[in-house]
Amino acid sequence: MTTAQAARPAAAIGGQLATFWLDGDLYGVEVAHVQEVLKSQGLTRVPLAPAAVAGLINLRGQVVTAIELRERLGRPSRPEGTDAVVIVVRLHGEAVSLLVDAIADVVDVDPADFEAPPDTLAGQARDLIRGAFKLDGQLLLALDVHKAVSP
Amino acid sequence: MDGLDDIVEEFLVESHENLDQLDADLVALEQEPDSRERLSSIFRTIHTIKGTSGFLAFHRLEEVTHVGENMLSRLRDGALELTPQRTSVLLQMVDTVRSLLASIEANGGEGSVDVSAVVAGISAAMEDAPAEPAPAPVPAEPVAAAKAPARKRAPKKAAATKAAEATADTAPAAEVPAPAAEVPAPRPAPVAESAPEPEAAAPDGDAVPAAPDGDAVPAAESGTGQTRRAVADSTIRVDVDLLDELMLLVGELVLTRNQIVQYVGRSTDTDLVRASQRLNLIASELQEGVMKTRMQPIDHIWSKLPRVVRDLGLQLEKSIRLEMEGRDTELDKTLLEAVKDPLTHLVRNSVDHGIEDADARVRAGKPAEGVLTLRARHESGQVVVEVADDGAGIDPARIGAKAVERGLVTAEALARMSPQDILQMVFLPGFSTAAKVTNVSGRGVGMDVVKTNIESIGGTIEVESVPGRGTCTRLRIPLTLAIVPALTVECAGDRYAIPQISLQELVSLDAEKAANAVEEVGGAPVYRLRGELLPLVRLTDVLGLTSDRHDGHVVIAVLRSEGRRFGLVVDRVINTEEIVVKAVGGQLKAIGLYSGATVLGDGTVALILDVQALARRALRTETSERQESRTAALQAAATDAERQRMLLAAIGGGRRVAIPLDTVTRLEQVRTESVERVGNREVVQYRGAILPIVRLDRHLGAFGDSEREVLEVIVYTDHGRSVAIVVEEILDIVDGEAAVRSDIDDMGLLGSAVLGDKVTELLDVRAAILAADPAFYSAPVPGTPDGVPASLLEVSL
Repeated sequence: MTTAQAARPAAAIGGQLATFWLDGDLYGVEVAHVQEVLKSQGLTRVPLAPAAVAGLINLRGQVVTAIELRERLGRPSRPEGTDAVVIVVRLHGEAVSLLVDAIADVVDVDPADFEAPPDTLAGQARDLIRGAFKLDGQLLLALDVHKAVSP
Repeated sequence: MDGLDDIVEEFLVESHENLDQLDADLVALEQEPDSRERLSSIFRTIHTIKGTSGFLAFHRLEEVTHVGENMLSRLRDGALELTPQRTSVLLQMVDTVRSLLASIEANGGEGSVDVSAVVAGISAAMEDAPAEPAPAPVPAEPVAAAKAPARKRAPKKAAATKAAEATADTAPAAEVPAPAAEVPAPRPAPVAESAPEPEAAAPDGDAVPAAPDGDAVPAAESGTGQTRRAVADSTIRVDVDLLDELMLLVGELVLTRNQIVQYVGRSTDTDLVRASQRLNLIASELQEGVMKTRMQPIDHIWSKLPRVVRDLGLQLEKSIRLEMEGRDTELDKTLLEAVKDPLTHLVRNSVDHGIEDADARVRAGKPAEGVLTLRARHESGQVVVEVADDGAGIDPARIGAKAVERGLVTAEALARMSPQDILQMVFLPGFSTAAKVTNVSGRGVGMDVVKTNIESIGGTIEVESVPGRGTCTRLRIPLTLAIVPALTVECAGDRYAIPQISLQELVSLDAEKAANAVEEVGGAPVYRLRGELLPLVRLTDVLGLTSDRHDGHVVIAVLRSEGRRFGLVVDRVINTEEIVVKAVGGQLKAIGLYSGATVLGDGTVALILDVQALARRALRTETSERQESRTAALQAAATDAERQRMLLAAIGGGRRVAIPLDTVTRLEQVRTESVERVGNREVVQYRGAILPIVRLDRHLGAFGDSEREVLEVIVYTDHGRSVAIVVEEILDIVDGEAAVRSDIDDMGLLGSAVLGDKVTELLDVRAAILAADPAFYSAPVPGTPDGVPASLLEVSL
């Protein structure tokens, strides 16, 4: 993949990203997709569901599927005793939630800082990460939220 | 008024609405006389009324609307110009139509309303030169005339008449603002006058256009019936979407109510408890009320069936009487739509295959005329709809033979099935027993489609039949889709909801009982439910979880799916609850075990188990057996016999016999005193039949304790004949595969084998049965059900 090809989607996701921490890395999703952020919720597990489906949460009477992003990105599971934060995103009118470690700021990103995912990125995560923004002292990984929620 | 036909009533409601629109349209039309759209709309309205009135034989109404329509069509086509005078006569026409409708509503006929003046007026207006100069006075005069008598009459009349006027008034009164609002400011004076005037005239303007005397007739006659609201005012049309939305909201309210009731249950605050009880009641009533708004009598779909039966009967040269019971049973409109086609199919099926032709019926000693009965009733929160005929019935033997022939089930599995279960196989895809394909049915599609349709709305279907007497197909349909009563159970720490419609009963076994009552069949657990072997499915196994119940208790939810029963073993039963079905995301639909999710009283999410899918998945052995059967059918029966599952029974004197499980239909207990004697044989009455008894101990020369009060009985059934084999005790069910066999045999035995560490004799079932009933095999040869008497074969579905 050349930088030129990768830069094209970057232009589309320039602007504001809601960022969050996951296993030591900073990720971002387009602010427009984010409906709300909740503290850890009671999860109802779904037997036989794909591993990345952490369960179902009750969002004010609406039943919403929760995706464990650590599992989805091939990271080790969250350490015992730490609660996940729930980011509810709305895609095509359907609410889906993502479980992450901690929520961070909303960041204005400059498409000029964008680069394609590093070649060393593992296969599973590579499909879900559109690229990285080089912030000061930190890389911000842009998550492809559509792919992330369809395990 | 009570005598009014449904059709007439509907016509009145519709026409009143249309007329209101018409007034507004006509007045607005004067502002924009060129509006083709408005003219077309008016034309359509009048045309509709004309058409229906012709159909309902209201001739004067037809006459008025006919001339009106003529004029309108010429206006629409541009052949005439709209002058104020023409508008006036059109408005007069509307008034006349209104008074005719009022008369029809009041006394069912057109009364003495005279239409000739209006007809003449319209005809004259049509002939008139377009530049007719005197528009104003023409309408003004009748109006004045109308108002005057109305005012004069009113005080004179009896209270009843006043009431009549008042009720009739409400409709037009409501419209007054409408035209005003539509055409707000710059209206020419005559128009401004003429706009309210029909309104004012309408109530007792019945006779205004022509005969003031005529007015008294409907008013007086209707005096008695006027306590009821006028037809048009007693109903409103509501968008179904709005009702759906209301239903959703009520669903949410019910959930919230459940939560509050649960929280308050732990509270000691009496005021709060009282308030929550009130909330509970009101929410239930509201739920019921909103559900009612969506309810329609089943007659809406039944009313088309007499015609279907008649036409089909004629075509097939059968004489059939259709009877309907419970035609006012109501169910949700969406569900009503969904059962329409399946029901029609079942009726056609009954007419085509169920009921025999007249000759056959007479030969069978039945009246030549067949009776097809439709029944509907409410039963424990469901609607039960039955389609029953008094035809030839379905012979399970024939269904079974067909199923084996089609490779849908193995012969051994068939032998294990009860006749009732065999009948349900008519719902399998690709199953049709019709000897010939008619254009009515018999193509092997149909019953399975019916079943799929009924299941898609959360309903169930089953068929019952008595050969020679008739068939009854029973649909169970939930009252509504949105809110379903469900059983909540716990499994591995999570709660799941099981729709009540699939649930038959709950069995709870304590550790001691469970150890004995739950038996293993080659690793698969079964439970003896009143003698019948109920396959058990552990929910934990299906879901790949580990049960957190270690005290040995077993809780079984007995579920029925596709005519098969099975027991779902769960950890705990929590309670029954009304749940609101919520859609789950696409990721979860793909799993195919959950029909949705719901939010429980305490706010947690619970998955709703799809019982049909669960059965299909968990009872897979049955399916794979079917697939195997096609390839294995030709293989030697001997190898099959080696792998047979065996029922182990003690027969006394320490001896054990093994009986192939697939020959066993039921396990029963029979009281010794109910054993009777026929000749030198023992029999027992069992399910309305006489069952010959063979005592294995005597048959095999073992001498057990025959003084027992209760006999353990193994019922063996083949082609409608049964025998009861008495044993001392039923021990176990084992897989015979690992058995070490020997050839040492004796009378009545096939040999012996080591089963479960003990030497066990293999029973020659055939010999044992012949000992009890020498004629058992003589008529039909087992395995070839074609030998069944032809009279039993005349059935099909």
